Parts: sequence; C-alpha cells; structure tokens
Amino acid sequence: MKTHVIVFPGSNCDRDVAVAIQNIIGSSPEMVWHKDSTIKQSDLIVVPGGFSYGDYLRCGAMASASPIMKSVIENANKGVPVMGICNGFQILIESGLLQGALIRNSSLSFICRDIIIKPTNTKTIFTNKSKISKMPIAHNEGNYFANSNQIKEIEDNDQIAFQYCDENGDINAHSNPNGSINNIAGVFNKSKNVLGMMPHPERAAESIHGCDDGRNIFESLLS
Amino acid sequence: MLAKIHITLKKDVLDPQGSVIANSLKSLGFDNVNDVRQGKFIELEINSNSKEEAEKQCNDMCEKLLANLVIEDYSVEIEN
Repeated sequence: MKTHVIVFPGSNCDRDVAVAIQNIIGSSPEMVWHKDSTIKQSDLIVVPGGFSYGDYLRCGAMASASPIMKSVIENANKGVPVMGICNGFQILIESGLLQGALIRNSSLSFICRDIIIKPTNTKTIFTNKSKISKMPIAHNEGNYFANSNQIKEIEDNDQIAFQYCDENGDINAHSNPNGSINNIAGVFNKSKNVLGMMPHPERAAESIHGCDDGRNIFESLLS
Repeated sequence: MLAKIHITLKKDVLDPQGSVIANSLKSLGFDNVNDVRQGKFIELEINSNSKEEAEKQCNDMCEKLLANLVIEDYSVEIEN
C-alpha cells in the first residue's frame, strides 16, 4: 500500500501518524512537503494535525491554498482515500472536500483530553472495523457547524462518521466536549473516500499510549 | 485603491466570543448592551483601473479565501 502524509509548516502530528501507518498498515509513508505540487499514485493520503500556518485567518484556511492541496483534491476526486485528522479535518473543510465548518469550542477553551466516539456509519473503508472507541482530542476549533439544510443532507447521505458519546455509547449533551451540532466528531464526503475527524486515532494506536482504540481506523483501511 | 473588507458571522451561527464580550461589557456597567457579534476587518491596497474592478476582485478573494461562506458573510468597500 502506497501512503502519503502531507507536511505543512506548523504540522505537529505528521510523525505520529506516520508511525501509526508504519506499525498498523505496514507501509512506510512518503512525507510530502506542502510546496510539492503532485502526488502521482497513492492508496492513502493523510492530512495530519497541528497548527498549519499558525492558524492564521481561520484554522486550515492558509493550508487549503497550499500548492499540494490541488493534487490532494484531484486524488480525492479520483477516489483515493484521504483522511484529515484535527487540523487536517479543518484543512479538508476549508479546501471544500468536506461540508460544514469547524468553529471555536463552545467553552472558548482549548480542550485536551480523552473522549469517546461511536461510529455512525460502519460501511466505509475507514470504519468497517470501528467500534465505540476512546481517543484524545486536542483542539480549540472543533465545534462542528452546518446549517439545518446541510445537516439534513449529510444525515440523509450517511456522511456522519463519528459522534461523541458516553461509555455506554449514548450520544447526549453531556458527552459533547465542544458544542458540535448533533455531537458530530467526524464526517465523510458524499462518496465516503474522504474522512475528516477531530479526535486523534494516531495518539491511541499502541499499548504504550495507554489505549489503542484508534487502531481500528487504520485496520479498517487494510480490509 | 484601498479596500476595506468586513467579515462577520452569519446570524444563525452562535458566537460564543461575542457572548463573553457582551457579559464583560455588562460587568463594566454598560447595561444597555444586548448583543455582541465579533468579526474581522481586513484592509488591503490594490492596484486597479476602476472601483468596480477592484470590488469584483475583492469579492472573489472573499469567496476563495478571506471568508468561509458556510459561517461568514462579507462586505467590501473601495476607497480611492
């Protein structure tokens, strides 16, 4: 499997996700600098977390205008799996590959802690092995927003990937860390080959992390 | 020419920062403040032959980068 991880100035989860891909998928990812203009052939492109371009203007806005993003969009439109984690999710939204917006957490605080998510649609390349999972979030702008028409559209198309829930899998206001509409933690594009999620599966990918629930997302990609 | 661009959150988007600013203003004694919405102001110098052309380009910039139309509205004002 040929895999790529995009590196922007300010990315800081690029190495972590590369280790997770190496250990779980067994592929050594090519690290692609944001000024490179093409990714010729790929089986998985990951847009990692971090603070690309210092979160100037809006999180992900500057990165979405980077030279490499044209190629990421072309690949995504051809059906190549593209996964954005945290800041990567924000970048995919700003580039138009995913619907909605990620705004400031309702608490106005940066949140860094473990949360629990439940896969909403398990019939995709990213979630076919997913179950209720614990993994960390670390963000200031993870509050998923879309207007009521857009929410209806993504619900009708089964585009919600994950929702924040409690230990029993109940999706409620108490288990919503950041104010996201309908507890949305991750969404797909229409054809389900692009995933964006705020939680960090690569930070819960081996026993030394204290929890390895995040593995199931990478394992799903293998099957 | 000088372009002045205001970017504001759409009405149906909650603005938690605006709410906190409103509360702080009230605690300073500005009791008659009801609602605060925080936005962005961008000023840019642009070479253009006409105001209309400059405005068109600024609208394009807002739609491509400066504003996120899912959550934000924008307005453009051009000065000579």
